[in-house]
Amino acid sequence: MTTEHPRGAATPLRHLVVAATAAVTLLALAACGSSTSPSASKSDGSTSAFGFAPVKQDSSAAITVWVDATREAAAKQFQTAHPEVPIKVETYDGGADGSGSFQTKVEAFNQAGSGWPDVVFSTQNNEAAWASQGKDAFAAPLDKGYLDKSFLDGFTPGALAPVTVDGTVYGLRNDLAPTVTWYDTALMKQFGYTVPTTWEAYQALGEKVGKEHPGYIVGTVGDSFAPEIYFWGAKAPVNVVKGTDQFSANTSDASSVKMATLVDDLLKSGSMAKESVFSPEFVQKYTGKVLMMPGPVWYSGALFNNPSSLKSAPGTIAAGLPLGWDGQQAVAGNVGGGTWYVSRHSANLEAAKKFMEFVTSDPSYQVDLAQGLPAYKDAGDKWLAKQAASGFFAGDFAKNVSAAASEVWDGWGYPRFSQEAVWAKTVTPALSAGKSLVDTLPEWDKAIKNQAQANGYKVK
Amino acid sequence: MTLAPSRAAAAGAPTGARQRPRRASRSVTGRWSRISYLFVSGYVLFALAFGILPTLYAVRMSFTHDDGTFAGLSNFVDAVQDFRFLPAVGHVAAFVGVWLVSLLVLVTVLALMVHAIGRAWLSSSVRFVYYIPGALAGAASVVLWLFLLNPTVSPVSAVLRAFGFSTFVETIAPGNLPVIFAVIAFWSGAGGWIVVMYGALNSIPVEVLEAARLDGAGAVRTALHVQLPMLRKWISYMAIMSLAAGTQLFVEPRVLSQASHAVVPNDYSLNQLAYLFAFKQGDLNGSAAIAVLLLLVTLVLSVFFVIRGGLFERD
Repeated sequence: MTTEHPRGAATPLRHLVVAATAAVTLLALAACGSSTSPSASKSDGSTSAFGFAPVKQDSSAAITVWVDATREAAAKQFQTAHPEVPIKVETYDGGADGSGSFQTKVEAFNQAGSGWPDVVFSTQNNEAAWASQGKDAFAAPLDKGYLDKSFLDGFTPGALAPVTVDGTVYGLRNDLAPTVTWYDTALMKQFGYTVPTTWEAYQALGEKVGKEHPGYIVGTVGDSFAPEIYFWGAKAPVNVVKGTDQFSANTSDASSVKMATLVDDLLKSGSMAKESVFSPEFVQKYTGKVLMMPGPVWYSGALFNNPSSLKSAPGTIAAGLPLGWDGQQAVAGNVGGGTWYVSRHSANLEAAKKFMEFVTSDPSYQVDLAQGLPAYKDAGDKWLAKQAASGFFAGDFAKNVSAAASEVWDGWGYPRFSQEAVWAKTVTPALSAGKSLVDTLPEWDKAIKNQAQANGYKVK
Repeated sequence: MTLAPSRAAAAGAPTGARQRPRRASRSVTGRWSRISYLFVSGYVLFALAFGILPTLYAVRMSFTHDDGTFAGLSNFVDAVQDFRFLPAVGHVAAFVGVWLVSLLVLVTVLALMVHAIGRAWLSSSVRFVYYIPGALAGAASVVLWLFLLNPTVSPVSAVLRAFGFSTFVETIAPGNLPVIFAVIAFWSGAGGWIVVMYGALNSIPVEVLEAARLDGAGAVRTALHVQLPMLRKWISYMAIMSLAAGTQLFVEPRVLSQASHAVVPNDYSLNQLAYLFAFKQGDLNGSAAIAVLLLLVTLVLSVFFVIRGGLFERD
């Protein structure tokens, strides 16, 4: 609390004087070179059968699970299915928009030397980059004997790439989140448009919509994850990670500039929104007016088939294949796809394992309740079949979504910092103030590199 | 929210009255003297545990590496050279500037006005109404402001639109943030200070005001030439307390950052930066360096207010 009157009002100056005097004394002491290590070094425990040294296990210990509000359903479902496993569910922001809550809380527990949760869900797919590193590494390696190989092999190929560091798997993927090209088949038909398959055709259509049907949109750049839709999908090299400490970003690369120009163009024509899809403004202004919208697969349940969001009519919304530059192979971007981690400090790894396997693969959650495409192959197939059977989405939903999932561009890295947070604080206010994206590129470039440097990367 | 100053204010005149009990204390027995030590011991213990010792710990950390070896000024140099440091200093300075000036001026003026209200019931009702927002804890009051600041859901959206803000992101544009934080802080904190100032105004002897009136001074002249000079200590006291609180800006930008999907950066204020140093980068020593720098700046400014405000002068 920053605005309250501090306590002990009667002696503020005395406080300060005492503190200042004592401080000077202490400086002198510190200068003499006292040395006590704040935390005792730990062995890395690589001798264990799990690839790390577990703490003393207690099969009756309750596991603490951190989930975001959306994944609370997964934990509840687990409680119903496994009442014998003692579990404590706590909700947090899930690290949304790169808030960094997961890491900051774990660092605090590292300092305290206790308090770690056993299992954590994060909406961000770059957490393994820090959670696997350092002397107090949080995430337990999963493929060194802790989880069965047959279970890990059940994930869609490539699904575990974001949680794999130096060849070791440190987390499980909750869902796959490739970007697809969402469009409204009814509006397309009504306006007499054909669905574009390249970014160039998309740009031309957007300009046309701006002129012919003002008020309708073909996308939005108002979200913190906009770069993961547009720049990742455009193969822009603005988030390149090599090894664990090399980073480069180039916003003046041709693909970056081409995409920025496209966005500017559509913003000018009025067919590109500036609002976040989660804002009340967006729902108020654009319900029934989204002609197209490149975006992640989870828009399906979060926006279109959601009565408190866009609430689209059944049979109107289709998921098209990702867009590509003219003459080039199309690639998909990717927005999140939640991840699950187990703590190395867990005192009940058996229960944690049961929980991890359940929430990522059990159909009673992943097929029946989950909003996005499950990363576990078997559940994923069933989820797609269920979507197809419901008839909510038009066109070949399952085929296009599966295709997109295998086309995610691998040139976009998973660094220890959030690209989303950098975009939100640098680009979003600039666009909102009417500045062009092309003009904002140098500022964005600098902000990304600064952030990378502050997080210990050698920046090129 | 703790309103320790109000207890002091309610007790009567700010400093002159303090001398009397002190003189009387010379004659108290040793037993009473011991009991007084008992009374202050609780405060002293907590001040040591949660004020002095953490401060000393931070100072020590700011001059050492994480292995405990002496680091000289390197933590300070690293912190100051961090690309987020100077912007954060700018943000906090802008906020404190806007807030402190508006707080000092408006609280004093409002307190004088409330004090001038002749009817007791009206005066106490107004003070109560001013005080209500202060009852909301920091984060809760920010959450309430999230609704007020979003033109789509705000009950005062007409006001926001009149300023040209049609979306939440436009409202919270970087240039508006110091004013927004100042408004939030004023709204939740000013009521308490008005009550304190009112108490201070009550301590001005009626004879003095009577004499001013007999000399032909109106309400404004009395306020300017009699009440304000006598309030000087209280105003500088308010400035010191608010300065200490204001430079520690943290909750408001943090909640707003999450609610705005990170459009308000999570490294807006110095305290947030210290938090990121400690728990995002694992650089606790750098974090301590930022904290010590903040302490130094606040100390220097507080000394200025103490001297200018004559806080420890005896009447």
